[in-house]
This record gives sequence, C-alpha cells and structure tokens, in this order.
Amino acid sequence: MKRVLIVGATSAIAEATARLFAARSDALFLVARDAARLTQIADDLRVRGAVRVECASLDVCDFERHVAVLDQAERALGGIDTVLIAHGTLSDQAACQASVAALRHEFEVNAVATLALLTHLANRFEAQRHGTIAVISSVAGDRGRASNYVYGSAKAAVTAFLSGLRQRLWRSGVHVVTIKPGFVDTPMTRHFRKNALWSSPARVAAGIVRASDRGSSVAYVPAFWRGIMAVIRAIPEAIFRRLRL
Amino acid sequence: MDAPVRSWGGYPRVRQEVLPLSRRDAALPAGNGTLLAHGNGRSYGDVCLNAGGTLLHTRGLDRFIAFDPDAGVLRCEAGVLLGEILDLIVPHGWFLPVLPGTQFVTVGGAIANDVHGKNHHRVGSFGHHVLRLELLRSDGQRLECSAHEHSALFAATVGGLGLTGLVTWAELRLQRVPSPWLQAETLPFRGLEEFLALSAASAASHDHTVAWIDCTARGAAPGLFFRANALPATRAEPRRRRWSVSFTPPLSLVNRPGVRLFNALYRAVHAQRRAPRLCHYRPYFFPLDAVTHWNRIYGPRGFLQHQCVIPTDVAPQALAEILQRVARDGGGSFLAVLKQFGDQSAPGLLSFARPGITLALDFPLHGATTLRLLDTLDRVVADAGGAVYPAKDARMAGADFRRFFPAWESMHAHIDPRFSSSFWRRVTEDA
Repeated sequence: MKRVLIVGATSAIAEATARLFAARSDALFLVARDAARLTQIADDLRVRGAVRVECASLDVCDFERHVAVLDQAERALGGIDTVLIAHGTLSDQAACQASVAALRHEFEVNAVATLALLTHLANRFEAQRHGTIAVISSVAGDRGRASNYVYGSAKAAVTAFLSGLRQRLWRSGVHVVTIKPGFVDTPMTRHFRKNALWSSPARVAAGIVRASDRGSSVAYVPAFWRGIMAVIRAIPEAIFRRLRL
Repeated sequence: MDAPVRSWGGYPRVRQEVLPLSRRDAALPAGNGTLLAHGNGRSYGDVCLNAGGTLLHTRGLDRFIAFDPDAGVLRCEAGVLLGEILDLIVPHGWFLPVLPGTQFVTVGGAIANDVHGKNHHRVGSFGHHVLRLELLRSDGQRLECSAHEHSALFAATVGGLGLTGLVTWAELRLQRVPSPWLQAETLPFRGLEEFLALSAASAASHDHTVAWIDCTARGAAPGLFFRANALPATRAEPRRRRWSVSFTPPLSLVNRPGVRLFNALYRAVHAQRRAPRLCHYRPYFFPLDAVTHWNRIYGPRGFLQHQCVIPTDVAPQALAEILQRVARDGGGSFLAVLKQFGDQSAPGLLSFARPGITLALDFPLHGATTLRLLDTLDRVVADAGGAVYPAKDARMAGADFRRFFPAWESMHAHIDPRFSSSFWRRVTEDA
C-alpha cells in the first residue's frame, strides 16, 4: 500500500492514473479546484479498491494555501510516498499573443504553481529520504512551436526545474520523474482532430504508473514520442523556423 | 465536432455532431437539433445514430458510485462497460445477471435496448435487474425512476432506445456466482424439432442455453446445442487473448465458400469437445470479443444482422421457412444463433425479448439484394406474429416495426421532446 497525493486530480490523465493506484489498494489524497467533481471521483476510486480516499479543494494559483493543503494531505495519509502533479490548462495561444495578462496567467498555472508546490514537496521529501515525485510536463516543452509556444515554454520551465531537482534529490533517495505525454484524447483537447498519434488517458496512465514504479527519469508516454521528439529537436533552426507545426 | 459515426454493422453512415460527456451532474449540452445518447456504438444499425442531430457520447461517464459487496448492489454511471463491471465484481463473487454476446456495451446501452443473454429463460432481460436509474430530461429535471417511482417512465426507458432522455446512472442488482467458471456441454442436433426438444429438456437443468445452426446446409440443418451452469472451481484465469482486425479490407471477406468452410470447421471443432468441460466465463459469454473490430471483415459496406423472435407454437414452420429462404438466396449466414426465450413479462414498453424462439443471422451488405431478402424474412416474421430486434436493425419498414411493437404509440407520452434517433424517425415518420 502506497500513500499517494495527486494534485490536479480531476484531469483525465490524473483520474485514469488514480484508478490504477486504487486497483492496487493504495491510499489517495486528491487535490483539485472542483469539490463536487472530486467527490464523484473519490467515490469511484473507493469502489475500485482504494483503502482510503480524501480530498481537498485548491486553486493551485492560491499560493498562500499550498502549505496548508500539503499539511492536510500528510496528516490524512500519515505521510506521503508518491506525488503526482497533473494540473494544467491548455493555453489559448492566440489569446496569449494578444494579452500579457493571459500569458502571465498561463505561466502562473502551468509553471509557477507547479514549481511552488515542488519547492515545498522537495524539502519534505528530502527530509523523509524516500518517495517518488512524478510531474506531468509535456512533449510541447521539448521545443517551442508557433502553434503553442506559451504552453510549451511553461512546460519547458517545468522540465528544466525537474531535471535539476532530480539531481538534488537523488542523493536523498527520492525519485523525480518527468512525464512527457504526447497527444492525449481528453476533455482538454476535445476540439482537436484526432489521428494515430493520439492516445487514451488510460494508456498514458499505465505509462505514468510504470515510470513511477521504476523510478525512471524522463518518461515519454507512449514511448514512441521519444523518437518523434528526438527528430523534432534535431531539426536546425534555419529549417525549423520555416515549418508550420 | 461534426463526424461520421459508425454503428457496429457499419450501415447506415450518417453525419451528426458528437459531444462527449464527462460528468453526470452537468446540464445537457446545447447541441444541434435533437439529442441522443451514444455509448460504445455496439448496436448494429441506427438506434444509436442521429443523422443531422447530436450524439451525446457517454463513455466519459464511466465512474462507479457505490458497490455493496454484501448485498450485491452496484450503482454506476451510464457509460461504464459491462466488462468493466465484471472486472470489479467477479473477484467479490458477484456477476451480472444478464450478459449479451459482448462485454463492450455500456450500462446505458444495455438498458436502452433491454438486452438479453443465454439465460433469458431463467432471469429475464437486463431491465429486470435495474433497481433504479436517473433520467436527465431536456427541461433540466432529474428523475429517479424505478418500478415504484415514475414507473411508467421507467418502463418507457427500459428498452426505450434512448428516447426518454439521458440516463446518467443506474443501480443494478447483481447475482452470486460460485466462481468465474462454467461447466459447458455441447450437444449436436439436426433440425429445429430436435433443437426445441433439447431446449425444453435443458430449460430446468441449465442456466445458459443457446444453439448454433449451419444455415448453409439444405434440409434438416445440423446444429450444436450449448448449455452451461456456473460451478465452483479454483483455477488460474486464462490469459486474455486479443486478436485484432487492424484494417478494413476493401471487400467483404465473408462470401459463400468462406461461410461454408467456416460452418463446416465450426461444427468439426465443436464435435471434438462433446464432453462437459470447464470454461471461463469470458470466452464462454464473449467469444467474439477476442477479436477486436471483427466487424471489419465485412469490408467497407458493412453488414446487417437480422434477429427475430417467433412464438414457440409456430416457430418450427416459420424458422424453417426463414432458413430455406436464406439457403435459397445462397449467401448463408456466418453465424446463425438460436435461443428459446422464457415467458417472463417484459420490463419495458418496447422490450424485444418475449416468449418464443429467437434466431439471429448476419449478412454482408450487398446492396438492394440483401435488403430485399431481409424484407421477405420480415414478412415471415410478421405472418407468424413475431418481432424483429431494433438493436440489430437498420432497415425494417415502419409498418412492420409498429406491428411488432404495438406499444410504440404509448411511447409518445414519455419521449423527451429534444431526443430522437435515426431509427425512431425511420420507423415512425410514415405512421
């Protein structure tokens, strides 16, 4: 039995991952904005086998409450073995190009809030000297593209932060896992046309659990995205700038 | 998003807006035109389609709500698959009382079509085991319906083809099982009279009975009668084998020599295993689920299934005539399945399962010739006082539907004004 904290627990990927944890009788603490939805998910996870499920409602941009919610999670579970940070918004690129306020909000949610939570968690995990911190970044963070470089650059910040955090916490026996999903068919991406590159939240969830169990460093899910992104990163800027991606 | 959506048979193909649902407490989305819930798309024809309107995709409503492992009662959202329920409850010693031929149908779809299984003679249809459900109507009302509360609306919703509103969740009564294993037996027979005798002899002794007949043969068709009972057994669960038809071949692979060969092989293989044997519930109840997208073998034009029920007293003559017409036509059917229903009263206004013998036949769609053949089969069914199953249908005439389901007019009082389907418009517009 593991004690698992999930931030952004109402996201489709987080919910699918939580089901896998529940099926192996883990204890879960769920954090998200929408309390009514959290209750529905908690009921489902209890039926699926979670030994206990507790919830707290939090807007991740409410930085003042981070410590209180983490304390609440630790108390409820009697300690935390695994954290999954999964909250996020898919930025409206056009809106962010037109408005600095929109840009700042996207960075606040997708980067700063994540880094703030990780700062608190890192200190706690460093002291307890065990555990796994898995964070959902994105393949979009591997290289900025015209179609979504605001979202991509926020995720790039998360990826770079995690890389450094992994080095720091490795000495304390704490695993930091960077999860990079490709295209995932979720309510967040409802308006996109889907093709063979898209995968289901359940498939991504299986990849997340596998990576967390193994203590992988960087997990592309599904794995074929590692190859795709290697190619994308290798394209020289002189050519890349002409592409429409 | 406007998208072509295929039902399981791949016919008809129509366009409609598709809106995924992900939470049960949300209001109905606006949508274009009329609305219709669409689960996992395993209905064969057009009961799950809504040309020019909107489909509410319910697979995102896949949460369990409560499970009482002592009482055997499960409450879950309408988009949960029956297979997902089995994975949850079988380890606790519970089972779904009614299972259709595939585990990939949603709870909402099983209710809307009031599906039946191989044990209909014992337990009735799916609707008999729905304790209550919530119906979200387009005026925003949420009605908890059961045999005691809003009972008329409940009867209109069970087997009601999704027309009474959106089922958001349902509470199901489960059945105790000693293990996931069954003792299965295969008995060869020849001709419908022998089938009826076996069926009568097994009704009291066996929970699950179904038969297959070789409809490519002339004269008294050879067949195999399958019967089984759950039994206590402790064995490792067999590995889940999954093959997949990964693309749609340009032509139907189901053709006359292929069907003959398949039927001969099927008979030969099963003739080897006559002795009672232990069988896990998954391959027993869902043999075709082992092949993902098996419907693709029928090629891009798709296929039609014809499932009828004929009152038992006239069944031998009527079914013989149907089989003769099919054999004369030459196509044969890939799988021909026979089952005797029990005589419980149906839970829904439009429930299909009723006392009699049901026969299901699959036909690759070869345009007008196939449609003509099926029309002649409907004539036989109508003359015998039987009915054709809407869940499998894409083409029956409106007049025939209204004759098969005389309660259809009482549906009007319960149909939600914003809900409709391609099927419903097709069979009622010329009334």
